[in-house]
Amino acid sequence: MTKPTPPNQKLDVEKILEGLEGYHPPRKGWTWRDVPQGGVDMGPFHFRDMSKPLERSIGLPASKYFDNIDPQPSCVVTTEIASGRFEDDLRRMRMAAWHGADHIMVIRTTGQSHIDGLLEGTPEGIGGVPITRKQIRASRKACDEIEKEVGRPINFHSYVSGVAGPEVAVLFAEEGINGAHQDPQYNVLYRNVNMYRSFVDAAEAKKVMAGARIFQIDGAHNANATAKAGWLVMPELMVQHGINCAFSVGVGMEKDLIGLSTVPPNSPPAPKLWYDLPYAVALRDFFSDYRMRAQQNTRYIEADIEEAVRTHTVDTLISMLTRADIQSTITPDEGRNVPWHYNNIRGVQTVKQTWAALDGIKELVELKNDGPLGEMVRDLKERAVAFLEEVLEVGGYFAAVEKGFFVDSAKYPERSGDGIARDGKGGVGAGSLVPRDADYLAPVCDHFGTNHLPASAAKACDPIGGCTLCDPSKIVFIDELDPEDNCHRRLEKTLPYRKGTAIKPEAEWAGDGTVLVQLFVPENEDIAPVYAVEMAKKMGLVDPEVINVMVLHPAEGCFVEVKGKVAFDVDRSTLKIPEKETILPEQELRDAVKKVGLKVVAGTVGEDEHSVGLREILDIKHGGIEKYGVKYHYLGTSVPVGKLVDAAVETGAHAILISTIISHNDVHRAQMKKLAELCREKGIRDRVVLVAGGTQVNREMAKETGLDATFGRGTKGIHVVNAMVKTLRARGAA
Amino acid sequence: MTDDRIARFEERRAALAKLSDEELRERFWKLTNEVVAPILDLAKGHTSPSIERAVLLRMGIDSVTTQGVVQRISDAGLLGKGAGHVVLKLSQKSGKDLRGAAQAILDDASVLQGLFGAA
Repeated sequence: MTKPTPPNQKLDVEKILEGLEGYHPPRKGWTWRDVPQGGVDMGPFHFRDMSKPLERSIGLPASKYFDNIDPQPSCVVTTEIASGRFEDDLRRMRMAAWHGADHIMVIRTTGQSHIDGLLEGTPEGIGGVPITRKQIRASRKACDEIEKEVGRPINFHSYVSGVAGPEVAVLFAEEGINGAHQDPQYNVLYRNVNMYRSFVDAAEAKKVMAGARIFQIDGAHNANATAKAGWLVMPELMVQHGINCAFSVGVGMEKDLIGLSTVPPNSPPAPKLWYDLPYAVALRDFFSDYRMRAQQNTRYIEADIEEAVRTHTVDTLISMLTRADIQSTITPDEGRNVPWHYNNIRGVQTVKQTWAALDGIKELVELKNDGPLGEMVRDLKERAVAFLEEVLEVGGYFAAVEKGFFVDSAKYPERSGDGIARDGKGGVGAGSLVPRDADYLAPVCDHFGTNHLPASAAKACDPIGGCTLCDPSKIVFIDELDPEDNCHRRLEKTLPYRKGTAIKPEAEWAGDGTVLVQLFVPENEDIAPVYAVEMAKKMGLVDPEVINVMVLHPAEGCFVEVKGKVAFDVDRSTLKIPEKETILPEQELRDAVKKVGLKVVAGTVGEDEHSVGLREILDIKHGGIEKYGVKYHYLGTSVPVGKLVDAAVETGAHAILISTIISHNDVHRAQMKKLAELCREKGIRDRVVLVAGGTQVNREMAKETGLDATFGRGTKGIHVVNAMVKTLRARGAA
Repeated sequence: MTDDRIARFEERRAALAKLSDEELRERFWKLTNEVVAPILDLAKGHTSPSIERAVLLRMGIDSVTTQGVVQRISDAGLLGKGAGHVVLKLSQKSGKDLRGAAQAILDDASVLQGLFGAA
């Protein structure tokens, strides 16, 4: 696979899976974006805080008005993709990369952090993906493929936590994983892994990660998502970040590869900025040597997608007002289901749109430190330091955990007594630590701690003639362990949807058939969702389920979103796909119009008083043909066809444009045919371009009615100019 | 108790108020390093089944085999020597390669007896 997949071809998942046993990543370690010092010029604009543009990408919807520019933020942008079937995630990764994600994070399947060892093969996951050698090798290989398409390195990321942390770290180092979460406190507090085991394992895992230049993200932000009032635990969060940073540096990680996972903890309707901004500033002051991975808020994200997007926009603003080296995105549907394909893209777009809008904001505004902001920042810092003093006073970190210092929902030093206390003798893996003997030896690279290597060993792995980190050919690739629960079996089932002609909608997995119906129901919140399910059933949707209800008024009604599955396939070969009209470049059109001195007569024909559609095609204000230099003579509404033809003759017009909205008894067709006939009778058919448009008109009608071009809904002036110029050229008249 | 803690906090706070922003930052990192120093020492001197399996992985032994081998080494009370050490020593003694030595432990844990002299 030396050439990138062409943009018009689907990613060949089967091909990715071929030859995996011998595949090794061409590159290891983390990559930042390429950010030109002097800014980036794109289209008519100069951007101050952007990275080098992508070779191939899809811009924001409005980019078509701005020369299709797609400015890419200076920070790395993360998207989290983990549907449970990694083979379907690969296509989503490709879509996300085309929208600007260059950090793809894979959530692990439920319960993997308690599995004492590595998993192998490609079993299906729940709420995430079972992380295995085959799965990450295939995913990394797909990323290697995708990054050739977009022209920017993609960082692939997962989790080094749980009771098998050191093994997972070795796996990641061997397979070229670029980033990973690693924080022993996370295991202790949220996974109930024994605290001593968690830290001892973490030292080894971090050492291995440092050797492979894997970027580390900590787990402190989970306190925001766990504590009852996430915005009060801020002093403690600074302590948690500090402990993981200092521990990591103590093990040998470079500060440049250590990231703080930080979330603006509050959310509207709270006055978010008064909490989140001082916290962001305090954190960046204390941790100026470290990298900021700004996450978006999940604590208060529930079923409403738009609410999530708005909160995440403000989160991104806080990143821009302070600092973010990595801006993570939360799929706005995370609060209601395992994220769907297009919501990953929406998350990335939220960052891209905010970043473009606020580009260079720090050159325009500055934070006012001599006021409440400065006081709040100082207050947080002092509380964090006092927290540390108390930790040391009670006997250190482990003693503090036993006393429930962490994730208490009150603002330090207040206590709600709901902190997560762990017993040092308890938890998963308790009692499993062993002191190293005086002759302890581990003949491998990137091993942490006491190691009695022979004096003759220049390198730690010399006694064994090289370890897998130095010689990848020594890595043992295990394929599948389960003959049924694996990606090959799943891919067989989805083959018709990926490589055949069967089409089904898709939210997570090929052929899942999932669709979302949005509706307003003029009933109260008890009735509306029940109705929505009933309606979905009658529409033929399988397993309908209401995933969002927003009350618009207690009596007047609700906005409801109901998801369900489409039970049928549609064969692509049965679809009549209209041929694509290629539009000439704008400048070329203008030049042609100018050269000919193109003028037209136009009117709404028949007994028809509609004028809006045609005016939009004509007027410069609406981007009509006038914008391209066309002169027009508008005859109004209810114009007889004959009058238009006469006017064309009198004015020497090159074209006649008619609009016809009313369609009962096929009156629109009759008017269109009449236009062609009259022009033939008058002997001017070869001289004029005949164009008709209307809501019930389509492009296929030109042939049957004898016109040159016909247009339906959604037509813009440029389409009409394009058709006129092309017709005139075909006649040698332009 | 809680009142004591709050009172203690006020004392700390009064002391911290005297520090400049930079001194406060330095104190934060000084204390953080004090918190982690004993944990780093603990990690240097201890090992775990996962660490030892991670060593064997780097020696080119597959994940399924490392599970059984580390369990047997642990059962034999030899984890403190380092699982990699045990496999390397058996390899040298038996003339088998590393994978062969790991397999031998899996097949019959009695090969571990006497490997490091009288246990």
